[in-house]
Amino acid sequence: MSAPETWRRLDGRTVLASAVLALGACLAAGVPVLLGQRGRDTFAFTLGFVVTAMVVLVVAATVIEYVRLARTRFRVGPDRVEVHSGILVRSRRGLARERVRSVEVTADPVLRVLGLATVRIGTGQKASTTDRPLELRALRRPDAEGLRRDLLERPVVGTVPADPEAEGTAPRDETLAVLDPGWVRFAPLSALTPALGVAAFGALLQGSDWFGLQRVVIDDAARVALALGAAVSLVVGLVVVAVVGTVASLAVFVESWWGYRLTREPRTGALHVRRGLLTRRSTTLEEDRLRGVAVIEPAAVRLVGAARVDAVATGLSSGQEQRADPRGLLPVAPHAVADRVVAEVLREPAAPTTQVALRAHPPAARTRRVRWATAVCLIPAVVLALLSLIGRTGLWIPAGVVAVVGIAAGTWLGRMAYRNLGHGLVGRYVVTRHGAPGRRTVALRRDGILTWTLTRTPFQRRAGLVTLWFTTAAGDGAYGVYDLGVEQAVALAAETLGEEFTPYLREARMTA
Amino acid sequence: MSGSDVPLRPPRESLDPRVRLWWRVHGLAWPVLVAVVLAVLGWLIRPLGWFLPVAGAAVVLGLVVALVFPAYWYRIHRWELTDDAVYTRAGFVWQEWRAAPLSRIQTVDTTRGPLQQALGLATLVVTTASAKGAVRVAGLDHERAADIAERLTRATQAVPGDAT
Repeated sequence: MSAPETWRRLDGRTVLASAVLALGACLAAGVPVLLGQRGRDTFAFTLGFVVTAMVVLVVAATVIEYVRLARTRFRVGPDRVEVHSGILVRSRRGLARERVRSVEVTADPVLRVLGLATVRIGTGQKASTTDRPLELRALRRPDAEGLRRDLLERPVVGTVPADPEAEGTAPRDETLAVLDPGWVRFAPLSALTPALGVAAFGALLQGSDWFGLQRVVIDDAARVALALGAAVSLVVGLVVVAVVGTVASLAVFVESWWGYRLTREPRTGALHVRRGLLTRRSTTLEEDRLRGVAVIEPAAVRLVGAARVDAVATGLSSGQEQRADPRGLLPVAPHAVADRVVAEVLREPAAPTTQVALRAHPPAARTRRVRWATAVCLIPAVVLALLSLIGRTGLWIPAGVVAVVGIAAGTWLGRMAYRNLGHGLVGRYVVTRHGAPGRRTVALRRDGILTWTLTRTPFQRRAGLVTLWFTTAAGDGAYGVYDLGVEQAVALAAETLGEEFTPYLREARMTA
Repeated sequence: MSGSDVPLRPPRESLDPRVRLWWRVHGLAWPVLVAVVLAVLGWLIRPLGWFLPVAGAAVVLGLVVALVFPAYWYRIHRWELTDDAVYTRAGFVWQEWRAAPLSRIQTVDTTRGPLQQALGLATLVVTTASAKGAVRVAGLDHERAADIAERLTRATQAVPGDAT
């Protein structure tokens, strides 16, 4: 590694990586065009045009990338990280090292083959969109890992740079969790599964269009459907969607979580998540940025007793540019594992999310939930009724049946939502839970709370309820305790925030 | 109606009295604009003649909003600068109580729209590190707002740390 104060450059092989990516993109666009033109008189002309365009584009991309690399330099000083870049518009971006909140090392498959990695240095400022993370694409992998360590281990001044080769094994890290291949069984329970199945059909139609076969595919499908009859083909269609969706969700899970390992660096206490099959991701989270955790149980996942764990931390953007959310500490795993990870991440003897004795909210909250859920569940019935009214199609009986089912489902969902509603205090944490049919439990460290906000809608006011928000610099920015009784909310705020809250109480209560 | 059933004390200060005029102009401006557009359309295009009474209704609605509500709003919207926090209460229908401790404040700005400038008013915007949004006090005397902003900025600079 070079001396800290000198300017450094990106790795030259990045040009090669970009050329390969450009070629790939050109092939993806060009080949379908050619296949579509196959057998026509103009094929030779099209071929010449496409090949010329591909060559021009790949060369242009390579040259631009070469210039970009030549004009990009960075240095890591004792106080600041600086990056000078830009081809036409020169940009000089600097960042105080103490503002660095997260350093992410990622490598797409092309970069991985070449032994490179991209480093993204984030400040966690969400206030302005212009404050993007500093991105260095790309460095040699050991350099990238070294840079990550350098930037995050600042409390120890003048450390000897660790041996880059030792990083891969990282024997000194304490391992909190590793991937259990059995967890893959939870992947198809994601809400994404049906969407992926449907998307596959879209992809099939699009793909066949490239080959000029779309008509054939549709005709074949129609013939099969006619032969099978409506009911059977509906069942077959659903089964196919389910199977394809399952396979796709398994693939997504394997790609994003393969090789998952959650570790803690003993010296700094920083948490480190490594995962990904094709694209390797490596996210570091400093311990003093952690404000709590969220235990998330999507509907189907909750049914089988599993849960996912997210970090509530400052400086982890909710990932607009990354495909995978950097907040994830644990993929969907059995509840016992999730609870153990929560406890270990927070360094508590047991998970606050399970230790807490959750207090119920007033019955008015149940009424509100049942009402809302029923209203939503009645929408299909209302649509059917409107159709009957307009079209005189005689859908009154189905509409009635759907309405009865809707009321039952709404009542059931609303009651479940009320059962899942709760809050409590345990040790250094305030815990809030809500949601149905999925459920989310957030444990927020009390000293990580910036301030409180109390809100109520006209509906809540009639029911004598309020929502208490704890705002924080981390995660979603504010976590709500929904539909508390007025007195309950004030008591919870006073208990959670202590002296910080007492000045806002009525004088009469302060003396009481 | 005024939130007296919530056991939080109201913040000490009301907004600048001129804020009522600001709200009145605001309350009237939009309905009048809509009414003018509707009236012109209804006047020019025969079949849209029924736009004219709608325009009239919009003006009446605007007048009601402008004449009746600001008095209530003025009672509800309050703010206070305590020794260690900015405390606000806002919202007549959707109610809200907020506090921003000085130790957690990141920036303090004032903004002034054209109408506010004409009336000598300003909005105080206090941001914390939370993504939940800034605490706003809309409708202070502009010199007072600038003064408070400066005081707050100095007070928050004295607190070490990055306010997260």
